Amino acid sequence: MKRIITACVNNYSGVLNRVTGVLNRRQFNIESISVGPTEATSISRITIVLNVASLFEAEQVTKQLNKQIDVIKVSDITDEPHVERELALIKLNTPAATRAELLSVMEPFRANIIDVGAKTVVVQVTGTSEKIDAFVDVVRAYGIKQMARTGVTGFLRSSK
Amino acid sequence: MIEATKSENGSQLLLRTLKKQGVEMIFGYPGGAVLPLYDALYDGGIPHILARHEQGALHAAEGYAKVTGKPGVVIVTSGPGATNAITGIADAMSDSLPLVVFTGQVATPGIGKDAFQEADVMGLTMPITKNNYQVRDSKDLPRMINEAFQIATTGRKGPVVIDLPKDISLVKISEKYQETVDLPSYQPTVEPNTLQIQKMMTALAAAKKPVILAGAGVIHGEASTELLVFAEKYNVPIVNTLLGLGTISSVHELFLGMGGMHGSYTANMALTECDLLLNIGSRFDDRLASAPKDFAPNATIVHIDIDPAEIGKVIETAIPIVADAKAALKKALNTPITPPDTQEWRQQNKARKAQYPFSYDRENTDEIKPQKVIEIIGKLTNGEAIIVTDVGQHQMWTAQFYPFRYAHQLVTSGGLGTMGYGIPAGIGAKLGAPEKEVVVIVGDGGFQMTNQELAILNEYGVDLKIIILNNQSLGMVRQWQEKFHNERRSESVFRTQPDFVKMAEAYQIKGSRLANPATLEQELTTIFAEKGPALIEVLVSTTEHVLPMIAPGSPNDQMIGVVNR
Repeated sequence: MKRIITACVNNYSGVLNRVTGVLNRRQFNIESISVGPTEATSISRITIVLNVASLFEAEQVTKQLNKQIDVIKVSDITDEPHVERELALIKLNTPAATRAELLSVMEPFRANIIDVGAKTVVVQVTGTSEKIDAFVDVVRAYGIKQMARTGVTGFLRSSK
Repeated sequence: MIEATKSENGSQLLLRTLKKQGVEMIFGYPGGAVLPLYDALYDGGIPHILARHEQGALHAAEGYAKVTGKPGVVIVTSGPGATNAITGIADAMSDSLPLVVFTGQVATPGIGKDAFQEADVMGLTMPITKNNYQVRDSKDLPRMINEAFQIATTGRKGPVVIDLPKDISLVKISEKYQETVDLPSYQPTVEPNTLQIQKMMTALAAAKKPVILAGAGVIHGEASTELLVFAEKYNVPIVNTLLGLGTISSVHELFLGMGGMHGSYTANMALTECDLLLNIGSRFDDRLASAPKDFAPNATIVHIDIDPAEIGKVIETAIPIVADAKAALKKALNTPITPPDTQEWRQQNKARKAQYPFSYDRENTDEIKPQKVIEIIGKLTNGEAIIVTDVGQHQMWTAQFYPFRYAHQLVTSGGLGTMGYGIPAGIGAKLGAPEKEVVVIVGDGGFQMTNQELAILNEYGVDLKIIILNNQSLGMVRQWQEKFHNERRSESVFRTQPDFVKMAEAYQIKGSRLANPATLEQELTTIFAEKGPALIEVLVSTTEHVLPMIAPGSPNDQMIGVVNR
């Protein structure tokens, strides 16, 4: 069961270590983790995607993380209305003849070409992890030379 | 913000902050990276206890913290000083003891570059501390120290490490600094939710077979008086965890004994048969609930814990209550209900207690039974001494046979099970409670792990009675090999032993060796009547097992070695 957990933490060195340390010790598998600044300079947001066996386990994770002194707030946002985005950069084998076709494949995913080489292009795609997975499946036939994914980041939607 | 005095360096500021915190004594061991700190200490102000190994300093601080409820303060040097301290820090983490540990660190430019005596103390201690700090600017010191004390001593208590680079401890403070604590992300819940307490009381009113499981949280929360009032008001029997021993007098009729692996048959059957289990400050450790799925199968589980992460960690809980034990019990006492009728249930437990007491072969007069030694000590000290143990068989016999009376009385390594804990923890306990008689009970194995601390006894006038129950083996290991590994006693029997009496003499302590069952009690009486530290080696049975016992993974009602009186 995939869960998206966000943690606001004090922007001190070592806090990320503490967070991953807790997850590792309790034998939770991190699918992705992303960290970055927030609107407050002293606070960072960590977004963790985890595979857990049950909701009970997810609750344990949030409690264990909340226990860390430098962790301000932990939320399991999976079942709440939320926005989530991931970014992927994919370097594809694309001889000149195939490029027009690639553009038409990219279009419905709203992906962009951000670098062009003699034999390859680099495509950028953003969206939910599922969308990126789907895109990767579609372009795999071209031959993926390199790929980098950021992992998910996100938070709760604005209240209506 | 406070204006710097310009003349004070980091070490002096540190000590001044410790004095403001009311620190009575520091346990420690000097070394290169903490030379500036020890230089500041030289001017006096806070007494320092010089251990003979950093592990000893840590366990002594734990013993002090355990009996006083105050934080133990430790200074060790960088690298090996810090790594030697690791065991004690982990032990304090397991048993929720408040410690503030200063580890020296190499000067800032050398950090991360494999400098002499450098170790990544932040990385090493991260999983075994409640929090840790590395000071990167000396003006942060007062705030960090005050935060460390607040974190160590509130909520679920625990150890906090402050890693102090040498240059930071030397540099003169020239900037304004902050002393006040600023921890918006750390706000432990102390007061219970009223609705949850009402649910608990409603469940109690309807219960026929309620049991209280009282753990160390009752001791840390100074709630033993409230516990007793509560239990007596509603006629609820009490089972203790190992670390909860002393929360109720062992001679009280509501006391059913320790639960778990080597607990009493009565306690374990009560845990199994109860219809309401009020867990106050115990974390359902695996020595208590080794088969969580079968634990208290008929009971509604109420769990009061100051650490929300403990609730539901092991046992599914019907009524969770995040609170300090004292606050929760006070609120419960202010929530009136009609007391449940537990007459029949109490009678049943009372009968069981009479029928299945802890027992051993009392008829055997050929050898000294270790249990007998504990019983004699109980008698000689009238159940009033602070009892410190090491880890192993003697620890369990002490838990079973010593008549504990009050909270903070038992000093033992429960969670981590650290051999070598006894001697130094005993020293710290006596220093923390000099008015009390302190008896240390150790095995011949654990004693040899930290016996170097005997050097401290005369130096600081620490009046300890140390009993070595010598069974010539690592008794608990041997017992498990005999029970679960076809009696293959692999590396658990000592072929040679030092002369413990001569060791005592080498440290200028009275030493005695007792080997005669017929004169044991008389000899112990004589030794206990004398003042001053004494090391007493008692040659006990080399084959005795701790019984009864629950085999690992078995439910609490399946005890082996239960003797029906």
